[in-house]
Amino acid sequence: MTNHYIDLKNSDVILIMGSNAAEHHPIAFKWILRAKELNGARLIHVDPRYTRTSARCDYHVPLRSGTDIAFLGGMINYIINNEKYFRDYVVNYTNAAFLVNPDFRFDNGLFSGYDAGKRKYNKDTWTFQKDAGGAPLKDPTLTDPNCVFQLLKKHYARYTLDKVSSITGVSKENLTRVYAEYSATGVADKAGTECYALGWTHHTVGVQNIRSMAIIQLLLGNMGIAGGGINALRGEPNVQGSTDHCILYGNLPGYLKMPTASSTTLQKYLDKCTPKSNDPQSANYYCNYPNFYVSWLKALYGDAATPENEFGYQWSPKLDDGKAYSQLHLFDKMYEGKIKGLFAYATDPAVSSPNSNKTRKALEKLDFLVCANIFDNETSSFWFGPGVDPKGVKTEVFLLPAAATMEKEGSQSNSGRWVQWKYKAVNPPDDAISCGDIQIRLLDALRALYAEEGGPNAESILNLKWDYKDRDGNMDVPKVAQQINGHWTADVDINGKQYRRGDIVPTFALLKSDGTTACGNWIMSGSFGADGENKMKRRGKDDPTGLGLFPNWSFAWPVNRRVIYNRASCDIHGKPYNPKRKLLEWTGDRWVGDVPDGPWPPMADKEKGKYPFIMKADGVGSLFGPGMAEGPFPEHYEPLEGPLDKNPMSDQLNNPAIEIFACDLDQVANASEEYPHVCTTYSCTEHWCTGALTRWQAWLLEMQPELYVEIGEALAKEKGIRNGEKVKVSSMRGAVKCVAMVTKRFVPFTIEGKTVHQVGMPFNYGWLHPEDGGDSANFLTTTVGDANVFCPEYKAFMVNVSKV
Amino acid sequence: MRNLDIVKLIDTTKCTACRGCQVACKQWNEQQATRTHNWGSYQNPPDLQSNTWTLIRFQEYVDSEGEFKWLFRKDGCMHCTDAACVRVCPSGALYHTEFGTVGVHRELCIGCKACVTACPFDTPRHDPKTDKCYKCDLCYTRLLSDQKPACVLSCPTGALSIGDRESMLKKAYTRVAELGGDANVYGDKFVGGTHVVYVLGEKPAVYDALPENPKMPTTILWWKNLFKPLTLIGMGGVAGAAALHYLTKGPQEVHDSQEGGE
Repeated sequence: MTNHYIDLKNSDVILIMGSNAAEHHPIAFKWILRAKELNGARLIHVDPRYTRTSARCDYHVPLRSGTDIAFLGGMINYIINNEKYFRDYVVNYTNAAFLVNPDFRFDNGLFSGYDAGKRKYNKDTWTFQKDAGGAPLKDPTLTDPNCVFQLLKKHYARYTLDKVSSITGVSKENLTRVYAEYSATGVADKAGTECYALGWTHHTVGVQNIRSMAIIQLLLGNMGIAGGGINALRGEPNVQGSTDHCILYGNLPGYLKMPTASSTTLQKYLDKCTPKSNDPQSANYYCNYPNFYVSWLKALYGDAATPENEFGYQWSPKLDDGKAYSQLHLFDKMYEGKIKGLFAYATDPAVSSPNSNKTRKALEKLDFLVCANIFDNETSSFWFGPGVDPKGVKTEVFLLPAAATMEKEGSQSNSGRWVQWKYKAVNPPDDAISCGDIQIRLLDALRALYAEEGGPNAESILNLKWDYKDRDGNMDVPKVAQQINGHWTADVDINGKQYRRGDIVPTFALLKSDGTTACGNWIMSGSFGADGENKMKRRGKDDPTGLGLFPNWSFAWPVNRRVIYNRASCDIHGKPYNPKRKLLEWTGDRWVGDVPDGPWPPMADKEKGKYPFIMKADGVGSLFGPGMAEGPFPEHYEPLEGPLDKNPMSDQLNNPAIEIFACDLDQVANASEEYPHVCTTYSCTEHWCTGALTRWQAWLLEMQPELYVEIGEALAKEKGIRNGEKVKVSSMRGAVKCVAMVTKRFVPFTIEGKTVHQVGMPFNYGWLHPEDGGDSANFLTTTVGDANVFCPEYKAFMVNVSKV
Repeated sequence: MRNLDIVKLIDTTKCTACRGCQVACKQWNEQQATRTHNWGSYQNPPDLQSNTWTLIRFQEYVDSEGEFKWLFRKDGCMHCTDAACVRVCPSGALYHTEFGTVGVHRELCIGCKACVTACPFDTPRHDPKTDKCYKCDLCYTRLLSDQKPACVLSCPTGALSIGDRESMLKKAYTRVAELGGDANVYGDKFVGGTHVVYVLGEKPAVYDALPENPKMPTTILWWKNLFKPLTLIGMGGVAGAAALHYLTKGPQEVHDSQEGGE
């Protein structure tokens, strides 16, 4: 979240789209209801299905799965046409005024630079015109035909009400109602926020769904303010914490980038990753990239990392250039027989990964599989699953008993970036130990083997700083946390203050690229005070702004800032746009309120002042976003598998930049009569993720005992399906049997003049337990992901439903 | 909460049907789960049971203006002030606590099922395995130690609250005024006023399994005045209850709830 859960109460209009907040964030949802109580906020739910969230919103608007960009594109068009944008904010705090390279083009669904063979763009024209000094050229009147604002206007003028309605299935009345209510927040004293979750990310256009909303929030001046922002509701699996600590293959801790093979030296890598700005008013905070990265290497290799050996850069692993290593790729290569071993900790890919037939077949090709979990699950038991002959499976499977969350100490991060310390409640049972302890024992053994026998890349293993055990030989959790925060590796004197080797670094602003600091994750720097206080343990309940920032409760990265880009809540002189919700104010010599996004004066001070979006090289929010794989403006493309054979917006049916997986089990049936219904998958309140934990809990299983498919009344009638009877749901890739739940909560859509039915089902079930609870809904889904991050398209594919 | 005339307020218009209350009830009262099946509804178990003292009822409803609504109602004992179950209970198992709620001395229950037939809300359930009747006691032991009932403690949205009658009714009527339309307070105007009060978004008649005008059967009044003192003597209780059952309901079958399992 750019903001945080409690801040939802400060909003005037809350658009919940791509999320079923009431069902999946039942505790956090109280802040959404609080906004209604306190401010009379409007709550709007846009979702293919009427859910428990819809029941508590002012109204629900059904839309066809996979058409969010069309819906939001129509809103951008509405905002611009009706001049609902917050002009002062748009001119000063976004790149609306920037002049784009005159060679930049958009034509028939494709931006300039497309290479159809590689399914990739050359982004050379996705750039800004620069002045002699290298700073971007701007037209603050926003009238130059090449300025971002005019290009944006032109791009989204195509998203007319008729067009959007025909693509999304949303009535024009409903479109106008949402657009009008939401865009009313484009004024100084109103705040609109957006809550999304997997309903936006699980698409081949997932990142661009979110980008579309970012554009809207920037146009309306809703970024950086109390009650605003774009808020990814992230869940109990510690999603926030795991991404902060690089669960994704392309990241290092703190969202630093994994080096690739072509960055043959540390300097080349740093040059590639460190953004440059020639605008003196842009803070371009990522100019500190070398400080963060070298400190990371020092944390990794300790004293072995020296300036002479590039701080161990050559020992650290590199990705192949242009190659992706997502879970989709992992199972694809495994199915090809190219991956021999898999560690699957705290995960159940036999249920959670798309295209279960492929996933489960892939597991059979492994030599070994190591699982660590608190229960057995469909992955560790795949070798005797339905249709599998154990005699034919060569894979050796190890299931290590892991400690559950309440059986270990450590930090957990919520969506609002609050990193909160939790304590161990009980010891794990029997032989169970934490995954951290499993890793320590494993690497200890590996290091002993390397020390004895040597081997490829031995230095990467043997030079690791690896002293994280306490006196009893267990993982020393506080020590790991301190290493993540960072410390000095030499005695230094900074502005007259003496720090000694081993002292805590109290903020990332003091990290250095000369090897005098080590830091495991720069964004977490400051989670410990210089005096050694673990700020994640703080539980202060004071709220000086009255906005619910609670600055002394735990630690929020970065540097305890509760709302990111908060300087954008003030005008260019530092006066709050909304004095009633004063997040920050410039008092002439300093900022008062939340921890500001940098200490510099507001941008009206031409000498010392800085723009508010300090993590962006240009210092402003990106209406034009050239970092994306499929184009600087989000464009509607159909899901890989959908009901249409032609995209109503262009001749590009699917996202042109997605990677196509094409093994024999990756069959796709687009616009097929055999599989005519749009299907989406989701979770339910009563189960957690794959249900690998919750299906063993009898009280939860009692409430949601087995797999079901929700079907609208019209479709059920057409098929003669009665509520509660068993049906088969099938796709081009597989089939599952389940209970039909006939409901008024799915209504048919009219898409391009034709009736399209949508159905939906939860993915919380698996064959292992309960015996008669049904198997994974992922037998139906496609192996395809977002063009930028490869998040699978679990939310839109085609099925048939039949009686059994 | 000690020695107060307490009321638990259920604001159905704030309920998200997360069912934390349903699980919290089972957990605190140590009730086993039943192995259910999906019967085409989120509502599961499908009804109150001897081991399910509260549940959320899910109801799809289209109002008179054609607007679709998904109604959630937490069902369970209403804790009547003039409680039919207490009146008919021949063994003293059901009684009024100092909070005005209806408590259960389970060891005294003789399984006569008189409460099951007498309850205007169809709340108590008989378990043939133990031959006793079961229902919510509003976490009497928690109230005694100044703790909220498990369901109220679990509620994340403020749909459930508990306090003295006066403040809870004030809260209920304020909320109803805010909501407008068909919103209404349910529970304060019959059977002497219930100790569980609803804020309903729709008229009472709209809701499944919710009587519009709950009443104590008149035969119970007659029964109580004439016979009840005698039934407290020994075995007379069972026979008396059977007589009452016949008088009030005729020779009807009392449905035993599903067995506990797993």
